[in-house]
Amino acid sequence: MTEERSSTAWEVVIGLEVHVQLACRSKLFSGASTAFGAPPNSQVCAIDMGLPGTLPSVNREAVDMAIRFGLAANARINRTCVFERKNYFYPDLPKGYQTTQLRQPIVGAGFMDVQLDDGSDFRVRIHHAHLEEDAGKSLHDFQVDSTAIDLNRAGMPLLEIVTEPDLRSACQAVAFARQLHALVAGLGICDGHMEQGSLRFDVNVSVRPGGSSSLGTRTETKNLNSFRFMEQAIEQEVRRQINLLERGAAVRQETRLYNGETGQAAALRTKEEAGDYRYFPCPDLLPVRVEQGHIDHLRASLPERPEMRQARLMDKWGLPAAEAALLAEQAATASYFEATAMACDDARLAAQWITGTLARNLKRDKISLQDSPVSAEALGGLLQRVKDNTLSAPLARQVFDALWQGEGSCADDVIASQGLRQVTDESCLERLVEQVLTEHPEQVKNYKAADSARQKKMIGFFVGQAMKTSKGTANPEQLNRWLHKKLS
Amino acid sequence: MHTGDLHESSLAQLSRRLRARELSCVELTQTLLDRIRSLDAGINSFITLCPEQALEQARAADRLIERQEGGVLTGIPLAHKDIFCTRGIRTSCASRMLDNFIAPYESTVTARLREAGAINLGKLNMDEFAMGSSNETSFYGPVRNPWDRRRIPGGSSGGSAAAVAARLVPGATGSDTGGSIRQPAALCGVTGLKPTYGRVSRWGMIAFASSMDQAGILARSAEDVALLLGAMAGFDERDATCANRAVPDYLAQLERPLAGLRIGLPKEYFQSAMDAGIAEEVQKALDEYSKLGALVQDISLPHTRYVGTVYSLLASAEASSNLARFDGAHFGYRCKDPQGLEDMYKRSRCEGFGRQVKSRILLGTYALSARNYTSVCLQAQKVRRLILNDFLKVFAEVDLIMTPTIPVPARFLDRSAGPMSPCGDDPFTPAVNLAGLPALSLPVGQVTRLPAGLQLIAPHFHEERLLNAAHQFQKVTDWHRESPPVQQGNGRSAL
Repeated sequence: MTEERSSTAWEVVIGLEVHVQLACRSKLFSGASTAFGAPPNSQVCAIDMGLPGTLPSVNREAVDMAIRFGLAANARINRTCVFERKNYFYPDLPKGYQTTQLRQPIVGAGFMDVQLDDGSDFRVRIHHAHLEEDAGKSLHDFQVDSTAIDLNRAGMPLLEIVTEPDLRSACQAVAFARQLHALVAGLGICDGHMEQGSLRFDVNVSVRPGGSSSLGTRTETKNLNSFRFMEQAIEQEVRRQINLLERGAAVRQETRLYNGETGQAAALRTKEEAGDYRYFPCPDLLPVRVEQGHIDHLRASLPERPEMRQARLMDKWGLPAAEAALLAEQAATASYFEATAMACDDARLAAQWITGTLARNLKRDKISLQDSPVSAEALGGLLQRVKDNTLSAPLARQVFDALWQGEGSCADDVIASQGLRQVTDESCLERLVEQVLTEHPEQVKNYKAADSARQKKMIGFFVGQAMKTSKGTANPEQLNRWLHKKLS
Repeated sequence: MHTGDLHESSLAQLSRRLRARELSCVELTQTLLDRIRSLDAGINSFITLCPEQALEQARAADRLIERQEGGVLTGIPLAHKDIFCTRGIRTSCASRMLDNFIAPYESTVTARLREAGAINLGKLNMDEFAMGSSNETSFYGPVRNPWDRRRIPGGSSGGSAAAVAARLVPGATGSDTGGSIRQPAALCGVTGLKPTYGRVSRWGMIAFASSMDQAGILARSAEDVALLLGAMAGFDERDATCANRAVPDYLAQLERPLAGLRIGLPKEYFQSAMDAGIAEEVQKALDEYSKLGALVQDISLPHTRYVGTVYSLLASAEASSNLARFDGAHFGYRCKDPQGLEDMYKRSRCEGFGRQVKSRILLGTYALSARNYTSVCLQAQKVRRLILNDFLKVFAEVDLIMTPTIPVPARFLDRSAGPMSPCGDDPFTPAVNLAGLPALSLPVGQVTRLPAGLQLIAPHFHEERLLNAAHQFQKVTDWHRESPPVQQGNGRSAL
């Protein structure tokens, strides 16, 4: 990675604060809708507006979602959690305080094991995760001489996940972020739409001399909403800090913003300018208590985590790590794989087809696996015919395409109706080769005059002609053998 | 019966007469509206009068009664402290900040009373944002004590107490954060109940100190209070601090004899400086309770001396946060021609809030600052717990605690005397709010024609015990029937 090349003498230390917008139907403390993209101020009730006399009620769906995350992240669940008020003035904060959690968050310490592409993994400790309400939005370019406020987002339920400073590179940070994204989407607690701000990352970055155990001064870059921007922002910030330190200057503790469009970062405020938020427990909300039985019930209903699925696919089906990781990312893909592998009794073959041909077709036609025209059972049936040599690889793709187009309900139907059965009869193949050579005397002459290197390239022409004549049904290996025999 | 003395009837009597159809709701409502118009100029207990809506409600109530439908409160005119949001009717909290505020929703308290058939005559004056105990901090001017209009009615529910005392309404809602129902009830000679924290929903009641605010009632007698409490109390899912607990039949328990009732007198309250006349009236009331069979004993609440400090710190801390929403941005008062955001905040808040409110916001902000939070707020919370424990311990030995409600009679209106001491006018009432307990003040005598009040304190959710004890006292005494003397006022006619 860039930062490591720029100076091996510096170690990078990164911690993340991730705002996950919970996929609740209503807001954290009111019954207003959370749907995205509604006209400004159309999803606002008196509570979200902070009108005097209104009171908040905790959305238990949000509490349950936070607990589900905590359980999936191996974290302690605090059976009593407390909402506190963070007091500051801003026009998009109608009450003059944000209701959040500080001293007793719902989710305590935990960890996530993150896998890199090379199969190696590392552990990121979760410091805690807490529930809080989002603020509204200030629209500065809505009117010329004044600022407009949209309160649709005010009161949206957020889970803020705070990691320990365990990440050592932009690459690790992105790998963690991706895994977290897959986790919260898989749990169904976040829609995962990063472009809509459903997942936002604040990155705390510092550097220190390699081998040092104390932390350097950190900066916080806020509100990164794509993995790419996050990687760029970290790399840029690391370079900036190293440049400063190598010039003998100091890093200031500050909050920064990174503009992904321009690639520019700038300081927003320094530590001295940070407010005194006068936190205190919100007297309108009693401490939220959760029964152990309820936690157990939520634990039992958790979907399998991607890394657990991956381990299972490797263990039970003998898949290599990278292939298993691909299949394990989504629960649906993993179960499709398992059904296919079961049907054809060849896990590697099933994995190859699902990550290859099937994935390409899904992507090309922009449809999800759930809507695939080829079911796991149909694919399994097709692969059976590959295994028993009924179909060659090109024939199998032909049958797959036919199934994809809906020309038959199973591979055997297509094979029968289109006569695609592979020809393995030696005398048939001999006749086929003789016919092709007779039809192309010129090419045969050229072939025989060529050296062996050129011959290797020229043989493909005869294979192609034979396949064309046999409509792809010739067994490729046997065909090859007969061609060599007849041409020598 | 002639309508000339209607205003002297208790709420319970009015209810019976309405249902016997000796009297129509319209007749009653019109009589009281006329009385308010002629007398309130000299008292200033109303901020907003709602004659059209009231008469409309009265006509509907008459139709219900004609069909022999409706309940005990159908057609009973009430008025509400201007801290309760009322849909379509201005709710000012007696502040310039909310002079233009009309809530698009109804408080649970006013909604339940309306559903029970009660009529809303209007919104009552109070200390600004309920901060004060003299009713001198209202943006709409001070309320005057009907017993002597040179004097304060107490506060912050001063408009409620004065309106009931002056017989302008048979009952009124109030709110009590540190004594704001009991203290004005005592100074105006009416019966006032602050229920257990969580007994009555806070939804739609503009917050001062959320952990202590509690809606309650001021009326002429314990029986009238019992009637209203039954309609107001009970679970409300919109208030997370509201107790999900059945509401007992308060009326049914009024007649229980007091023989054997154990009454505790906390020595800390009786040892402090007290007006000799008040002390005498309180002693006579205690003697009356002994005659009724109660057993009076001395008790101790050792952490009483910390009550004032803990109360003012915690109430101010919560208030500083609760009042942050009044910033000129979304609703309420906004200064003229703001020069940018910060100027809008500064001037809207400086101009919109009165001095008492600003001083409490400053104190509360200071107490909550990161530097002071642990040493001030957390420490105060710990002492709050000790104050509660004092009560819990004592309630193992006694059924009720009795103290003077306020150790002095109503003082003169005097702005220069400084409204800056939040506990100066109510030293005996805030402990109950810190502990979340129910308490009631009832008139038990007079000192130079100024009412004296006795405070009754019960264990959590034992309002029925307070009402029972107060009712039994009122059956054998007449202090709650005393009306203020007729005084020449600034209004069109005399009281």
